[in-house]
Amino acid sequence: MTAALRFNNLTLGYDRHPAVHHLDGAIDTGALMAVVGPNGAGKSTLFKGIVGMIKPLAGRIERGGGLAARDIAYLPQAAEIDRSFPINVFDMVSMGLWHHTGLFGGVDRKGRHRVEEAIAAVGMTGFEDRAIGTLSGGQMQRMLFARLLLQDARVIVLDEPFNAVDAKTSADLFDLVRRWHGEKRTVLTALHDIDFVRANFPETLLLAREPVAWGNTAVVLTPENLLMARRMCEAFDEHAAECVVPTAAA
Amino acid sequence: MYDWLFGPFIEFEFMRRALAGTVALALGAGPIGVFLMLRRMSLVGDAMAHAILPGAAIGFLVSGLSLFAMTAGGLIAGCVVALLTGIVARNTELKEDAALATFYLLSLALGVTIVSMKGTNIDLLHVLFGSVLALDDQTLLLIAANATITLVVLALIYRPLVIECVDPGFLRSVSGAGAPAHLAFLALVVINLVSGFHALGTLLAVGIMMLPAAIGRFWARDITLMVVISAVTGTFSGYVGLLISYHAGVPSGPAIILVAGVLYILSLLFGHVGGLVRQMLPQRHLEA
Repeated sequence: MTAALRFNNLTLGYDRHPAVHHLDGAIDTGALMAVVGPNGAGKSTLFKGIVGMIKPLAGRIERGGGLAARDIAYLPQAAEIDRSFPINVFDMVSMGLWHHTGLFGGVDRKGRHRVEEAIAAVGMTGFEDRAIGTLSGGQMQRMLFARLLLQDARVIVLDEPFNAVDAKTSADLFDLVRRWHGEKRTVLTALHDIDFVRANFPETLLLAREPVAWGNTAVVLTPENLLMARRMCEAFDEHAAECVVPTAAA
Repeated sequence: MYDWLFGPFIEFEFMRRALAGTVALALGAGPIGVFLMLRRMSLVGDAMAHAILPGAAIGFLVSGLSLFAMTAGGLIAGCVVALLTGIVARNTELKEDAALATFYLLSLALGVTIVSMKGTNIDLLHVLFGSVLALDDQTLLLIAANATITLVVLALIYRPLVIECVDPGFLRSVSGAGAPAHLAFLALVVINLVSGFHALGTLLAVGIMMLPAAIGRFWARDITLMVVISAVTGTFSGYVGLLISYHAGVPSGPAIILVAGVLYILSLLFGHVGGLVRQMLPQRHLEA
C-alpha cells in the first residue's frame, strides 16, 4: 500500500520551539488514524503542518501517490468563522464546491443537487435558508461536515471534530467518517476520548510533542504509554539549548 | 409635480451632470461600503478619506483645481498614510487604529492649512465639501470609469472576498486567492474615495459609502440583497438630495448625505432585520 503522507524527521513549532519533535513515519492511503495526546501535545500543530499552514522548522512532509495540496481537506479545531456574517447554510455548504467552481464558475443544477444531498447527509434538510448565526454548536459542526463532504478530498484532516457536540451528533458525524474510510479516503482525526478511539480507530498516533507510540491502536494505547504521554512537559523552556540531534530513531 | 421632480434636470445641464456623477458614485460606493461594514472597517474608509487631503491640497497648490494633479496627489497621500500606519503599528506599542487616527488627523490639518495658504475660503469649501454641481467632463469621466472598474472587479473577486470575510481559514485551505482579493478590494476603496472626494468632498466622501451599506443591513439577511439595496438607496439619496438642494437652495453634498441619513434613521427604526421598533413590538414567539 502506498503512503499518502510521509514524515521525515519532522519538527514543527513556533519561534524555534518545537511543538512536534522529530516525527518519522508514514500514513498509508486509506488509513483511519486517530491522533491522541494531552493538550499542548502538538496535534493541531501537526495538522497545520500537513495542510501547509505552517512550515516545518526541520525535516519534511512528503505527499505520496500523486497527492496534491488541494486533495487535503481540513476542519480546524476552532474555525475562524464570522457567525454574524449574512450568509445562509446553503451558500456556506456550497463553498465546498470550490474546486469545481473556482473563482468565477457558477453552481449549476447538478452542483445545487450535490449541495442538497450533502445537507441531507448531515441531517440538516430544512435549514438551507437559515442564517449561520442562528445555528447551535452541533448544527454548525454538521454544516461544516456537509461542506467537507462536497470537497470530495482524498485526505481529510479533522481537528477534535466532536468537541462540545452531543452524543447523537457525534455518532451521526462519525458515520460520515466511517463512510469516508469505506471509500478508501485517508482520514486523520484528533480526539480526546480514549475509549472511543479504542472502539473505532484501527490506527493511532500517541503524541506528546515527541511521538510516544504509533501503530495498531491496541498496542499504542497501553496504560504505560498513556502515562508517559501525560508526564511530558507542556511549557516551552525559554532557555532551551539548540537541538542538535540530527535524526531520531524511526 | 412633474416639474418639481424632473424640471431641474431637464432645464439645466449642470444638474444633469450632477445626477450622472452621483448615480455613478452611488452604484460603485454602495457595494464597497457593504464589504467595509462586514469586515468591521467602516471607520477605516472615513480615516482614509481624510488622509488623501494633503496630497490633493498640494496638487491644488501646484496647479489649481486640476483634476489630474489633485487625484494623483490624493492617491499618493493615501498610500503614504496607509504605509506609515502599517510601519507604526508593526514596530511600536500603538495599534493599527490608533496609528491610523494620528496620521489621518495630521493629514487633515495639514491639508486644510495648505489649501488656506494659497486658495480662498471658496476653494477650501470646495475641497472639504466637493463640487457635485460643477463637475466638468474629465471629472465625470473619472467618476464613471471608477464606478465601472469597481463593479467589474467586484464581480471578479466576489466569491473569494465573501469567503475571506466569513471563513478566512477555509479560503486559505482551498486557495491562495484571499490576499490578492483583499488588496484589490483596498484599491477599490481608494478609487471610490477619490471619486467621492471630487463629488462630495473629503468630509462627506464616505457618507455615500457607509450610510447605504448600513441601510442594507436593516433590510436584508443575505449579502447579495444587501449590496443591491445599498446601490439603490445610494442612487435614490443622490437624486432626492439634488432635488432638495435645487429647490431649497442648500449645498448639494450635505443634502445628499442628509437624505441618506433620513433613510438610515427610518431603517434603524422600522428595518425588517433588527429594527428598533420591530424589536420593541410585543410579538408572540412561535411554537417551534
